[in-house]
Amino acid sequence: MIDVEHLSKSFVVRRGKLRRQRHVVDAVADLSFRVERGELLGYLGPNGAGKSTTIKMLTGILVPSSGRVTVAGLDPSRRRIELARRIGAMFGQRVQLWWDLPLIDSFELLRHIYKVPADRYRASLARFREVLDLDPFLHTPVRQLSLGQRIRGELTASLLHEPELLFLDEPTIGLDVVAKQRVRDFLVEINRERGVTVLLTTHDLGDIERLCDRLLVIDHGRLIWDGRIPDLKERYGADRMLIVDLERPAPPLEIEGATVERVDGPRQWLRFRGPAAELTARVAASARLVDLQIAEPDIEEIVRRIYSNPAI
Amino acid sequence: MVESVVLWRRLVGAQIRSQLQYRASFVLDLAGSFLISFVDFLAVLVIFHNVPRLGEWSVEEVAFLYALSSISFAITDLAIGHLDQFPQKIRDGNFDILLVRPRGSLYQVIASDFQLRRLGKAAQGLLVLGYALAALHVDWDPGRVAMLVVMIPAGVVLFSSVWVIGACLSFWTTDGGEFTNAFTYGGAFMAQSPIDIYGTWLRRFLCYIVPLGFVCYFPALYILDKRDPLGLPRFLEFSSPFVALLAAFVAGTIWRGAVRHYRSAGG
Amino acid sequence: MRLDWEIAKRGWRRYAAYPWATAAGVFTNTVFGFLQAYILLALFEHRSDVGGYDAADTVTYVWLAQALIMTVYIFGWQELALRIRDGSIATDLSRPLDPQRYWLAFDLGRAPYHFVFRGLLPFLVGGLVFELHYPTPLDLAAFIASVTLAVVVSLGFRFLYNSSAFWLLDIRGVMTVAITVNLFLSGMVMPISFFPDWLRTVAHALPFAAILQTPVDVWLGKHDGWGLAGVLALQVFWAFVLLGLGRLTLRAGTRRLEVQGG
Repeated sequence: MIDVEHLSKSFVVRRGKLRRQRHVVDAVADLSFRVERGELLGYLGPNGAGKSTTIKMLTGILVPSSGRVTVAGLDPSRRRIELARRIGAMFGQRVQLWWDLPLIDSFELLRHIYKVPADRYRASLARFREVLDLDPFLHTPVRQLSLGQRIRGELTASLLHEPELLFLDEPTIGLDVVAKQRVRDFLVEINRERGVTVLLTTHDLGDIERLCDRLLVIDHGRLIWDGRIPDLKERYGADRMLIVDLERPAPPLEIEGATVERVDGPRQWLRFRGPAAELTARVAASARLVDLQIAEPDIEEIVRRIYSNPAI
Repeated sequence: MVESVVLWRRLVGAQIRSQLQYRASFVLDLAGSFLISFVDFLAVLVIFHNVPRLGEWSVEEVAFLYALSSISFAITDLAIGHLDQFPQKIRDGNFDILLVRPRGSLYQVIASDFQLRRLGKAAQGLLVLGYALAALHVDWDPGRVAMLVVMIPAGVVLFSSVWVIGACLSFWTTDGGEFTNAFTYGGAFMAQSPIDIYGTWLRRFLCYIVPLGFVCYFPALYILDKRDPLGLPRFLEFSSPFVALLAAFVAGTIWRGAVRHYRSAGG
Repeated sequence: MRLDWEIAKRGWRRYAAYPWATAAGVFTNTVFGFLQAYILLALFEHRSDVGGYDAADTVTYVWLAQALIMTVYIFGWQELALRIRDGSIATDLSRPLDPQRYWLAFDLGRAPYHFVFRGLLPFLVGGLVFELHYPTPLDLAAFIASVTLAVVVSLGFRFLYNSSAFWLLDIRGVMTVAITVNLFLSGMVMPISFFPDWLRTVAHALPFAAILQTPVDVWLGKHDGWGLAGVLALQVFWAFVLLGLGRLTLRAGTRRLEVQGG
């Protein structure tokens, strides 16, 4: 579906007001990866890492400086309009709907822009109306919609023409927990049941955790991880945390095979690797415990570890 | 091609429907823009309160010129006035979305808005035109009638071309938006007066470089059977439709080039 | 006092941050200056005096008007209205700083920036191409005073129509009427002296003339002695009236907010 080889993009940035020194910035450097049809892929990276630049090159908005890109068999920068029929895009922070018009009008206009046959449009729309519960606000002007409603509208808009590939940029940003779940469920459905390939750019690790089979991590324009999430956890997630609540506050425990990361009153956090049973026994032997729990590293922690220790 | 027109009509229809929903507020807006656009004409009247002729032009003749340029400009404003916000659209990143759709970007930008209330200015222009036509003694023949009919769409195309070229600046500079005001609103201001009163170099500029002289001045010379007092060739009087088409072509080319630059230099 | 200075600096900096917008504005003003100069000069083809102005006066008028257009901010200003609309006004009102005083100080910091960086250049260009009238040292000093007063009157007016936002959702309509009336009756479109007598009387009875016509007439030396003091005093009068009305609307608007719950 997507084939990227040694993709690079550099920009000329001019610093200073009068002197205008030219300064070349490598937004994306030597990126290579493949995405197969039907995958639900997460794309992660700190701000300024090159995520949007990559997406822009994949959708045909930006022309690469060097390297090869093929999306759905087409070169995006050369065959933009042809590709546009087969992909959908939704940018969470930008509005693609007509601001003053009722939601349904935006859908109708997009139907004509994409030339969707009337019966297929009706069927698609009916489906979205049901799954995303659009009826309560279908005739409300977009400017009066809440964020959650607008996002649902935007998602519908990006899928009305039944694209094979969907690019999502921060689709759950600013949504409350319930709305986020709804969007996530929707994305799973379109991916698993309709076979739409999804490339999800996000900062929300909950999205990643719950949706993605595979993760691409980019930093400073370079790919620093490309693989499945379980592999990621195994490689970077080996360390776990044993959180113990002692009877009373005590100085940091000295236990073989563990390091105390943090102390807060009677609670201590111990970092360890490997099986927990033996360690727990040792801790129980050296102090009076009230309670304990084991924490797996969350994605956030893992990602932080990748940034400081790239795999590629 | 036909399809694009159909789509644009759909958009216009949708916008009109939505704007008419708040009927009271819309009527007020329309009345307001109608009244306010008279202020420009008031300026013309004040001028003629002080002198019987402006250059070689009488008040009815200037009114005629004013009315036609006003109508052309109003229609342009109606269709693409939202281009004024284009610099902000680029800054917000909302232009990129258009590039992900299977249509030309300029077409989509034009089709993104339509403000019916701007019709007020066109209505005012029609009224002044009515007065001018009643007060003037034009020797109407098929040629002159045809010219009158053609000059408004030609004027719209010319104004639009200037406006679009102005909007292209936003692809290169983030703050450049204001420069175009000199040409769009300045252009409207220029076109409503006979260009023979401007100094030589300015007239040449208005004829050959930013051809706003063709919006109304030359066609008006033909209809009113006047000669350009500074002796520009007569065939220019018929050239406005061609100049309009040429301007549209240039505008389209510059737009395409600007988008190409935008797509390689960074969204 | 120190606080006012800080606010004024902020006003200056806010507009100084966009040099390209200023440059573009200078260009626009210059273009309009030329257009208007030629149009009005055409009036002098067969006359040497229109409404008490000669050709040099008129052309000077045009270029001064273009130079001052941003300084006295004739066009739309809705910063206060936007703050009222999005509710930030509640925060402003809870502070021990009077909003009117704030905006006045802010504007008095902004105006010098626009005067120097948007006003001087078009005027210089006009001066190179046309023959302009230059003031006597006394008139120049009076001009500076008059422009400062004009800025205050303008701010008073802008504050007033912005406060309609306490009652209206969208002040766009009010703003359009306000700008148009201001444009015409301040003498921006055409010098008031060119108006027919009855209209001239009306214009002089309103505050808008104090925003543009008065400073320009001072520069042109159209007033001396007691007459000069008189027009300056009139500007002061209008400043008080408009600022006073602004205070009343502010109080009424605040009360409305409190009743509504913000």
